[in-house]
Amino acid sequence: MCLAIPAQLVELLPGEQAIVNLGGIRKTISIALIETVEVGDYVIVHVGHAIGKIDPEEAARTLAMFGELAEADNDRVSPSTKAAA
Amino acid sequence: MKYIDEFRDGDIARKISARLAEEVQPERQYSFMEFCGGHTHAISRYGIAGMLPPNVRMVHGPGCPVCVLPIGRIDLAIKLALEFGVIVCTYGDTMRVPASNSLSLVKAKARGGDIRMVYSAADALEVARQNPEREVVFFAIGFETTTPPTALAIRDAQRAQLKNFSVLCCHVLTPSAITHILESPEVRQYGTVPIDGFVGPAHVSIVIGSQPYEHFSDEYRKPVVIAGFEPLDVMQAVLMLVRQVNEGRAEVENEFSRVVSRGGNLQAQALVSEIFELRTTFEWRGLGEVPYSALKIRPSYAQFDAECRFDLSYQPVADNKACECGAILRGVKKPTDCKIFGTVCTPENPVGSCMVSSEGACAAHYSYGRFRDIPVVVESI
Repeated sequence: MCLAIPAQLVELLPGEQAIVNLGGIRKTISIALIETVEVGDYVIVHVGHAIGKIDPEEAARTLAMFGELAEADNDRVSPSTKAAA
Repeated sequence: MKYIDEFRDGDIARKISARLAEEVQPERQYSFMEFCGGHTHAISRYGIAGMLPPNVRMVHGPGCPVCVLPIGRIDLAIKLALEFGVIVCTYGDTMRVPASNSLSLVKAKARGGDIRMVYSAADALEVARQNPEREVVFFAIGFETTTPPTALAIRDAQRAQLKNFSVLCCHVLTPSAITHILESPEVRQYGTVPIDGFVGPAHVSIVIGSQPYEHFSDEYRKPVVIAGFEPLDVMQAVLMLVRQVNEGRAEVENEFSRVVSRGGNLQAQALVSEIFELRTTFEWRGLGEVPYSALKIRPSYAQFDAECRFDLSYQPVADNKACECGAILRGVKKPTDCKIFGTVCTPENPVGSCMVSSEGACAAHYSYGRFRDIPVVVESI
């Protein structure tokens, strides 16, 4: 019920609508509930509405926090951290 | 997919697991409640319970909107369809929840009720636009995540001056439910359900922010870590909770900072408070009447309130006596403590609400965890 998924905005449409790409699937959603967004932003989509924007820097920081757990293994973890940034 | 796959890395999960095993104090028992059904689902689906040290116990909370919806509310939706002849639109999860007289929305549909499953509140509005000669009611359930889309649908209905659209509002509030649990005798007096901290909901917090949880850390001295729904998020949250307990801290920490801020989504909050106001009390399945725990439509939007429009009055209905959903939702019992779990009550034929939604504690355990309870016996010939 409360499941929501990250998706990338690929096109802005009139009437506070936008098209997102969900792993290859394009879907029209409402962006009326969030402040300014741009094409390329990642949003959390829940029941057809974007409810929040993903902050890429914070995502990278969280992944880096997981990475710190693997101090001996840092080289292996850092590429995915960079990928998210 | 980006922002999903990297939060499911098995190697890192094992490292967090090892770190947890190092940091837990062996003489101590840790009990954390994951409030949200999304976390319950993740914990079962990814085998997180098996990666936690034996003295860390996860208690499933009442954070699944389908599971906490009382029978009387579903009866109202069925009544609208069968007696008033309206088109009832609802999210798929509510369709199979057992109601009175052996009915459910899906069975009422089989009896001729025009009940339609929609993906969003906006789709329900579209049904109303396409059927101007019919009354259309959106049966709206959910926590703070699902409330803003309903508010938007009501605002758009008013702008479009739709005369045939209304909402049966059953939206509930997370912080009041957590307060209710902390004030419950099981937690407060008897200690039968020890709770050392909460894994806070991810998507609800996108909307309301982390600030509403500060009350629990300040007043009740319970740590809260808001966490995303991916397995690494949940494991990291448990590690952060263990650290708070070990250090005697009770703070609100935000593991899901990639989307959650302290203030939340102010635009969505403003819209919600324009359309909705607090109900003085609302019945939750398993928790009973909880004061100021739900929303109703403001009088200025009464024409979109199905309860006013059809003069509905709520009648509480007792749950099936054999069903332990109530105790399970409060964390007092586990799904396997219920006599009908997995025998009479299965996801195909749910008796209680916890078996209906995949985020319910019983359905999650039935789907992913039930064989964990059976010891593996190897016989050599």
